[in-house]
Amino acid sequence: MGIETIEADELDVESVLGSAVERREDPSLITGEAEYTDDIQRPNMAHMSVLRSQYGHATINGVDTSDAEAMDGVIGVYTADDLDVPGEIPVGWLLDSLETPVHPLLAGETARYQGDGIAVVVAEERYIASDAVDAIDVDYDRRDAVIDPKEAVEDDAPVVHDDLDDNTAFDWEIGDADETDAAFDEAAHTAEVDLTNQRLIPNAMEPRATVAEYKPGTEELEVHMTSQNPHLHRQLMSGVLDVPEHKLHIVAPDVGGGFGSKIHHYPDEALACWCAMETGRPVKWTATRTETYLTDAHGRDHESHAELAMDEEGIITGMRVKTYAGMGAYLSTFAPAVPTYLYGTLLSGQYDIPAIHCNVVGAFTNGAPVDAYRGAGRPEALYLVERIITLGAREMGMDPAEFRRQNFVPSDDFPHQTPVAVEYDSGDYEPALDKALEAVGYDDLRERQEELREEGRYLGIGLSSYIEACGLAPSELAGQLGAQAGLWESGLVRVHPTGKVTAFCGTSGHGQGHETTYAQIVSDELGIPYDDIEIVEGDTDEIPQGMGTYGSRSAAVGGSALATSSQKVVEKAKKIAAHQLEASEEDVEFENGDFSVAGAPERSMHIQDVAAQSYLAHDMPDGIEPGLEETSFYDPDNFVFPFGTHIAVVEVDPETGEIEFENYVAVDDVGPQINPKIVEGQVHGGVAQGIGQALYEGAEYDDNAQLVTGSMQDYTVPKAEHIPTMETDSTVTPSPHNPLGVKGVGEAGTIAAPQAVVNAVTDALQPFGVDHIDMPLTGEAVWRAVNDAPDAGAEGGDEAIADGSGGKDGGEN
Amino acid sequence: MYPDEFDYYRAESVDDALDLLDEHSGAGTTELLAGGHSLLPAMKTGLSSPDVLIDISGVEEMQGISVDGDTLSIGAMTRYSDLLGSDAVAEHAPALAAAVEQVGDVQVRNRGTIGGNLAHADPAADLPGAALASDATLVTHGPDGEREIPADDFFFGMYTTDVGPDELLTRIEIPSADGALGAYAKKPSPSSGYAMVGVAALLEIDGDGVTSARVGANGVMDHGVRLSPVEDALADGALDDETMASAANHAGDDLDVDMMMSDLQASNEFRAQLLEVYTERALTAAIESGSSSAAAD
Amino acid sequence: MTEHDIELSVNGTTHELTVESRTLLVHALRDELGYTGTNVGCESSTCGACTVHLDGDAVKSCTLLAVQADGAEIGTVEGLAEDGTYAPIQEGFQKEHGLQCGYCTPGMMLAADDLLERNPDPDEGEIREAIEGNLCRCTGYQNIVNAVEFAADEMGEASSPEMTAADGGGDD
Repeated sequence: MGIETIEADELDVESVLGSAVERREDPSLITGEAEYTDDIQRPNMAHMSVLRSQYGHATINGVDTSDAEAMDGVIGVYTADDLDVPGEIPVGWLLDSLETPVHPLLAGETARYQGDGIAVVVAEERYIASDAVDAIDVDYDRRDAVIDPKEAVEDDAPVVHDDLDDNTAFDWEIGDADETDAAFDEAAHTAEVDLTNQRLIPNAMEPRATVAEYKPGTEELEVHMTSQNPHLHRQLMSGVLDVPEHKLHIVAPDVGGGFGSKIHHYPDEALACWCAMETGRPVKWTATRTETYLTDAHGRDHESHAELAMDEEGIITGMRVKTYAGMGAYLSTFAPAVPTYLYGTLLSGQYDIPAIHCNVVGAFTNGAPVDAYRGAGRPEALYLVERIITLGAREMGMDPAEFRRQNFVPSDDFPHQTPVAVEYDSGDYEPALDKALEAVGYDDLRERQEELREEGRYLGIGLSSYIEACGLAPSELAGQLGAQAGLWESGLVRVHPTGKVTAFCGTSGHGQGHETTYAQIVSDELGIPYDDIEIVEGDTDEIPQGMGTYGSRSAAVGGSALATSSQKVVEKAKKIAAHQLEASEEDVEFENGDFSVAGAPERSMHIQDVAAQSYLAHDMPDGIEPGLEETSFYDPDNFVFPFGTHIAVVEVDPETGEIEFENYVAVDDVGPQINPKIVEGQVHGGVAQGIGQALYEGAEYDDNAQLVTGSMQDYTVPKAEHIPTMETDSTVTPSPHNPLGVKGVGEAGTIAAPQAVVNAVTDALQPFGVDHIDMPLTGEAVWRAVNDAPDAGAEGGDEAIADGSGGKDGGEN
Repeated sequence: MYPDEFDYYRAESVDDALDLLDEHSGAGTTELLAGGHSLLPAMKTGLSSPDVLIDISGVEEMQGISVDGDTLSIGAMTRYSDLLGSDAVAEHAPALAAAVEQVGDVQVRNRGTIGGNLAHADPAADLPGAALASDATLVTHGPDGEREIPADDFFFGMYTTDVGPDELLTRIEIPSADGALGAYAKKPSPSSGYAMVGVAALLEIDGDGVTSARVGANGVMDHGVRLSPVEDALADGALDDETMASAANHAGDDLDVDMMMSDLQASNEFRAQLLEVYTERALTAAIESGSSSAAAD
Repeated sequence: MTEHDIELSVNGTTHELTVESRTLLVHALRDELGYTGTNVGCESSTCGACTVHLDGDAVKSCTLLAVQADGAEIGTVEGLAEDGTYAPIQEGFQKEHGLQCGYCTPGMMLAADDLLERNPDPDEGEIREAIEGNLCRCTGYQNIVNAVEFAADEMGEASSPEMTAADGGGDD
């Protein structure tokens, strides 16, 4: 049954950190008391609906809004011509020679993807707003479209942005090309693979939404929205709308999942704000699921060629990668970073590789913008690494576990400088591999695999030894790489006169349980009972500043900010305590909330009493201000690098391509765990999304850039029956880069799982000579791979398998 | 997400429904609302925009399950959940009972109706094949009274049936298959849950042998179809896995692969492959249902 | 366009309201009556976030016209706890970490309750099958399964204490 939770009243300050305490978020969420954005009602509130483009690429000759305007209950209908604000969505990460075409709030002359808004309606009710959108008449000329990132940069491809020469957004490289070429020249063995990392749709269960209210008296714009980073949204939207940042108040209420899709600044929230200012009414906009499919920034969309060079012994000597990355129609907020610095820098995986070179071409296409989706660049990197490593082992005729082991970065080589810019903080890869191998009973499995093959059954074991870079920071490095923002985090710890605590953090949770884990951190640092601590996130008027929640950064950066502020509080409290205890500061010790004089433990004072004294301020040390609260802007030294090994065990039916899980084991090293139950939950959820990518998910557009997987009926969000029971375990290697030693866990599953599954399926199908199948491994994809494989029918020997009605062509799908 | 405007009428009886149909047969489109689990989603995304909706789900004379002699009679507005809870359905229509179990999800089964499923004639729905395998007769009511349509003649094509615009499907009659073995094997679309391929099988048995068989498939062609070559191969054959496997090889014999459904979920070629596999699975499941019910006895 | 005066009993409280023909039950509950615990996650009747009980059965309230529910007893997440005491299914979700963002949770709990009503001691496969109409993007479902098992155990103990004592305590 996994890790058992404990109730909050079973906690004590000595063991609060590391306890699997029940989440304090849950009571409001399991009773219906929670308030998501669409739950918010305002007096006189109006509803906004957006008309999206009928086509993936079209010239807009004219928009006739007269019928819509004439409808009862319609307050206003607006097009690009009506918008009197700067209205260009900015790009938050720049690269050398990056094309940054204008991303308008509403498309004027050209619609570049189906999600492009062409007009907005404000109406008294949501049903009427929807009716009115249907009544708008747009005169389009449909244009040729392009979706495939590799085709998009070919000479004859339709150009997405008329003001650019072609669809190349950037052409970026990392690593040493000459050294890498030399490694390949000298290689005794090589392996190579073409692979696709398909477009994914995030599918947070709560669709994006905004409630905007303009208050003319104070000139304040109050916005409740589905945000992973309200401060960032405030900063960006302030420019887009030309509303001063201090007059823009953004609140992220309860947020129903994000997975990256609620990081970015979309036109919709800015339009809702503009409509609120224009009409003088509070305005609510809630995306339909259809709209989230069309407009939420998608993930992945890579086409790559990967090569591995090895010596005679199977020691890796080089890796060469060429990737075409789809950016979609516009550059979303952090889009340029995802297939570059969050991708190329991870290509060394857990391995000691002397030379790596990677070239990435970013391509505009007529699809939804592609940006960070759970893992963001790192799943693409690790999928590629772990596929080519597996093929390298196959090329060498070596066991994939042993091949990995002999190429791991040795545990005594940390910090480890990779040839792709980053320096790994700490790591010890073999114990995680060994734990995972033991958990699945690896040696026995290999024997059973042989036996089953004799019976015509195909068992496969897939390994994924992954690394990730989390805790997005530090600011200086991010700046050098092109970030247009710092990547610190702020934390404010306020001890009230009664000794209770409110702690504020600039991250913004949306299911991660920060209110619980942050309270555990602060309780541990201050020695104040967990129940005396309240955590506040997601409100720009309450929290000093913030960068938000993404990139598995909250615990490592936000948690560290709170820990740092707590330490400052203790430092100040110690001065006050020493003064009141009439001892010198050096003689005062602090443990579990008590300040006591060394050698005279009866002379002690609890920090909550110190708080009271600090506000009374009747008797303060010289030079110390009243009050007890501290703020930090924590900027870490480096990324943190969690790692681990996941193993999938599957049985594949070559007749139907059906894949059944026999086991899934996840061993993750995320450093010390603040709350192991929450860590377990993050691993489960991430793995499920990774399995979703491996087996089920994929955004499909037709040749005209119409999204054909436009609903949950067509795009598979995994159901309970699709996901196996997982076994989780961990090793603990603290990071030296933050005061908690934590590494982050939010994305581990999506980074680790896809290749574990694909490696397992291709392992099962080794007798047929199947080396690779592109995701998602649908029944049909697997069945075709078996039928098209070099050894189809030979080893399988089953007529039914090859009985595919000559299915060599017609592989569309 | 938001249906277009329409007028809603609740029919209290079959005659009332027919009157409402007649009354609104002029301008605009009229749709009958049963469980609503195909119609309402289509209305919410604008794929369907009727002017008038006639809710027949509450018509009492169209609900309920009864056995009259050798005939099982099911009101068209009987919900899946009621079919699943019925011993009579399990006993007299085992292939149908097995198919109903696999329709949609719990929430769908709590609202959806057998008549709605059959009259909508979605090629990927689960019940057409089961109705064919069960030798069902579909009874309609119209201005000219009652019509009995054998399932074999009922389905015309994708979303089209023999039910006229002024008619209602009111009842499904199934000859008792008490003692026969029935099963349904389905490859669901992972996203929608609809059948990529679904095969319903009903085996009349005598001791260790099959006397006759009826096999119907969904998801493969543009409407539910009988797999007669499989039935022929089973008739007077042995009741064992080998016979089932070899009969299943004939699943596609009468069907043109080029005319099979081909979409994002599965190509026609893959459907042809699945059809054979799932036919075999349905047949062997039917045998297993016999041994498990024997064991239960 | 026709309007209809309807009566809905929600968690035991009767409400009279006027709705358009096209008003979906979920919007009547959320927008008209303020029962915002029931969420909307899609328009294709796939995600199950809007699951409520209609006369005791789990249904998707986005696939039902409000007028169709005239006179019905509706149960929502707001009615699960009684006098401040969690229902076993709520307790299960909390204890087993069966939720993260919480958006699917009300619908998930109501679907699970429907299962436990029919099958008080479901196995893992039965639980996974029973929630196939409810999507969760956060948890990977494993702790949801555990939460439902927890609730089943709770309810089993509550309903037959002497039986559990007789057969050695617990059936799991």
